[in-house]
Amino acid sequence: MIDLTTLIPMLMAASTPILFAALGELIVERAGVLNLGVEGMMIVGALAGFATAVATGNPYLGFVAAAVAGAAVSMVFALLTQVLLANQVASGLALTMFGLGLAALFGKAYEGIKAPAMGPGPLGLNWIVWLGLASVPAIWWFLNRTRPGLILRGVGENHDAAHGLGHPVRRVRTGAIAFGGAMAGIGGAFISIAIVLQWTEGMTAGAGWIALAIVVFSNWTAPGVLAGAWLFGGVTVLQLRLQAAGVAVPVQLLSMAPYLATILVLVLISARQKFSRRAGLGAPGSLGQNFHALR
Amino acid sequence: MKRRQLLASAAALGAMSLAIPAFAQDEKLKVGFIYVGPVGDGGWTYQHDLGRQAIEAEYGDKIETTFIESVPEGADAERALTQLALAGNKLIFATSFGFMDAVVNVAAKFPDVKFEHATGYKRADNVATYDARFYEGRAVIGTIAGRMTKSNKIGYIGSFPIPEVIQGINSAYIHAKKVNPDVEMKVVWVYSWFDPAKEADAAAALIAEGVDVFMQHTDSTAPLAKAQEAGALGFGQASDMANFAPSPRISSIIDNWAPYYIKRVGAALDGSWKSEGTWAGIGDGEVVIGEITETVPAEVKAEAEALRDQIASGAYHPFTGPLKKADGSDWLAEGAVASDEELSGMNFFVEGITAQIPQ
Amino acid sequence: MMMLIPRTETSTGWQIATPIMAVLATMITGGLLFAIMGYDPVAAIRTIFWDPLFGPAASYSRPQLLVKAGPLILIASGLAIGFRAGIWNIGAEGQYIIGGICGAAVALAAYPGEHWWLFPAMIAAGAFGGWAWAMIPAMLRNRFGASEILVSLMLVYVAQKVAAWMAFGPLKNPEGFGFPGSRNLQQYPSASNPELIAGTGAHWGVFAAALAVLATWVLMSRHIRGFHIRAAGLAPRAARFAGVRPETLVAFCLGLSGALAGLAGIFEAAGPAGQITDSFGSGYGFTAIIVAFLGRLNPVGILLAGLLLALTYIGGELAQLTMQLPAATVQVFQGMLLFFLLGFDLLTRFRITRGVPA
Repeated sequence: MIDLTTLIPMLMAASTPILFAALGELIVERAGVLNLGVEGMMIVGALAGFATAVATGNPYLGFVAAAVAGAAVSMVFALLTQVLLANQVASGLALTMFGLGLAALFGKAYEGIKAPAMGPGPLGLNWIVWLGLASVPAIWWFLNRTRPGLILRGVGENHDAAHGLGHPVRRVRTGAIAFGGAMAGIGGAFISIAIVLQWTEGMTAGAGWIALAIVVFSNWTAPGVLAGAWLFGGVTVLQLRLQAAGVAVPVQLLSMAPYLATILVLVLISARQKFSRRAGLGAPGSLGQNFHALR
Repeated sequence: MKRRQLLASAAALGAMSLAIPAFAQDEKLKVGFIYVGPVGDGGWTYQHDLGRQAIEAEYGDKIETTFIESVPEGADAERALTQLALAGNKLIFATSFGFMDAVVNVAAKFPDVKFEHATGYKRADNVATYDARFYEGRAVIGTIAGRMTKSNKIGYIGSFPIPEVIQGINSAYIHAKKVNPDVEMKVVWVYSWFDPAKEADAAAALIAEGVDVFMQHTDSTAPLAKAQEAGALGFGQASDMANFAPSPRISSIIDNWAPYYIKRVGAALDGSWKSEGTWAGIGDGEVVIGEITETVPAEVKAEAEALRDQIASGAYHPFTGPLKKADGSDWLAEGAVASDEELSGMNFFVEGITAQIPQ
Repeated sequence: MMMLIPRTETSTGWQIATPIMAVLATMITGGLLFAIMGYDPVAAIRTIFWDPLFGPAASYSRPQLLVKAGPLILIASGLAIGFRAGIWNIGAEGQYIIGGICGAAVALAAYPGEHWWLFPAMIAAGAFGGWAWAMIPAMLRNRFGASEILVSLMLVYVAQKVAAWMAFGPLKNPEGFGFPGSRNLQQYPSASNPELIAGTGAHWGVFAAALAVLATWVLMSRHIRGFHIRAAGLAPRAARFAGVRPETLVAFCLGLSGALAGLAGIFEAAGPAGQITDSFGSGYGFTAIIVAFLGRLNPVGILLAGLLLALTYIGGELAQLTMQLPAATVQVFQGMLLFFLLGFDLLTRFRITRGVPA
């Protein structure tokens, strides 16, 4: 009934924005920081990318600009949480509000303009889709096989211990936040440059919040993020495909499913950690806590 | 709200508006608008704001307009409406269905202010309602879709399963089928008026099912972008979406509120305004068929334009029998036309559409 | 080199001074923003901060401050208690939605009968709904050690889908011509939550918010449970030795904040909002988190923070109305205000000294 050869490319394209944003947030959370401002950084990236793509006629330069803009706006969050030690949850929410407003404000000049088309890459999917896919093993390798990755995880797991070993906790976290901002920016730009080809206020429409859920679903691993992005993107794509095929689907109930699955995954992992004391699983130990060196 | 409190607060508000002569003294007619989205949405709200600009151009110094954008439905809408009324606006347009109860509540407190509510069904002495017969436009683009499809599968991206959208799907299907008896209609509901990523996915889902021409009742250009990528065809919705012409956008259905707004502001100025329900269509210029591009063969274009003109003149009603419901039961007998009451509560598909309306 | 030294006692002087400094800083940078955008900065700032309180239409907008601030304060008072104990309920938005749905469902089940007990029953159902939704993360944390931050956040999304499902399905108004959304409870006298004193904006939810501020203040400063909560937040291990059971605290804090959020939900559903729609959750639950922090997790602070935030909302609308300031500009301005308030907060907790790193 549903042709997999068309479903899978569709799913890959549909999940690209949330994949980028979630991979970025993965690094941020692995460093022990919870940034709820993903939606705000995505929309800023969506606008900056679109504006640059229009101005230069080159969509790929748009993605570069989106990464820079996403990272730049994330520095407000870094300043608040890393230097001024403000609460991360509240700062992240404020960042989302600020980003949505900022993008809407500067976006007025770009309404009604069309972006330059992106050529298709292999299998009819553009190169950014493939870049997203390639980022998964790259981030896995960085986290698990490199020394900076090890330090980053250490900082997220126990910032006091990491500090004791002489690692610059705040610098590592600031770097992670910038990376998260850049990835969210690229994810947002994918929506404006590759999916819609126009700029409209509020166009990310909640994608940043889905990215946050995916990171939890992933159990804070890169392959898990990919699985989560495909699950969340896949449920949407699948329910639309079923509808198009004339099957009546309980849309709301179905769209709840990935979130319930996320909770289930979280519970299973937490339980395994609690009862079998296996280390290295689950949420980073210092997630959401600010660090202030007393020495 | 209980009656006594209602009266008490009406009195309080009345006293208050007297207490602020600076606002009340203006000789200009102040006209206020509340919008559910930002004026830059490129769709629904954008078109209403064009209507607001049209009345400014028409009446110049005689009026002054104000708008509040991105107003959430519910308590915030009630406050925005009240503030518009307190600021001396004597004619207020509320441009979203979800503002209905807020309009009715505020109107009861400001009997001397005239309210106009788009797409709702509750009226009062100072609350008029207005809507557009989008289904008339759907008949025209349905005809084009029926002629242009090669796969004989046309698609429809629905926002919410409400009467207005269901009318559109039925109308498009009936007229596509008239010119192409083999045509099949696929329907996808996205449960949003505006969610670009999801709309793109919906378009992709339709295309994957073999659809090569589709219509949308959602506001973003994402489906057209997807159509362009996949070589399918589509139509502009709400605004012209001319950026995507001549292909994949082969025509469009435009909400044009300007004629209605000009008429009603004129009536308020000369004192002839009264509460009524207006449901205007192509004939009144409220629903406009955007340019049919050269992608469409000349004879199809001529056929669509002929249908448009027939609807405009009132010679033809898009829901003319014989028509059956999807469950096979009779709906309209030969030559009978659907009444407005039936249409405004429409909750069924016509015979031939196999999709289900979600309940 | 500048150094931050934690204060042993939070400084009262700075507690008062920092919000004022933050608001002033926002006025300066916001004024610059408005000036760049081509608006009169002085008029814009006066419209946002002054006119809702003392402007020509203030007799209407002052009560509206209460309508807007009520749910924020009610939710934030509950959240702050958990935050003090290091228990992070960030899913108040979901508890608010479920509370609204449960309460509205009771009303709709009784429709159209008029009963004296209906409104109290709805309130109870609303509080219960919020409590039950918050007990899910509480139980999962106590039983399996699952992070309540993440579970409660995930449940917000689930609650939003439940609201959509209800608006299109079980709670849909049968006389609504197929439009999504429940019956309007404002038009159902036994179930409505009206303005109690005309012209004040005060409905039951506003009184509940005032009561919540008072009750949480008593709890935190006079009650042994409040002492436990503070102890658990400051020194978890010591608190455990002192006989504070962490499981009880988790259940208490999440349950209480959930119940208050649920109450806010039903007061809103029966009052200002009037009905359950697919967009019933309008962000109060998230904004309340910001309110809790701006109020430094202190009941009185929360009261002031809730009013300040409501002021910028209402003032922002006024600025749109009278100056045609775009909604986006107002949103950026609010974002800046939050940044400054959160940033300047540092001064209450730390001293800045000039020194060399040890």
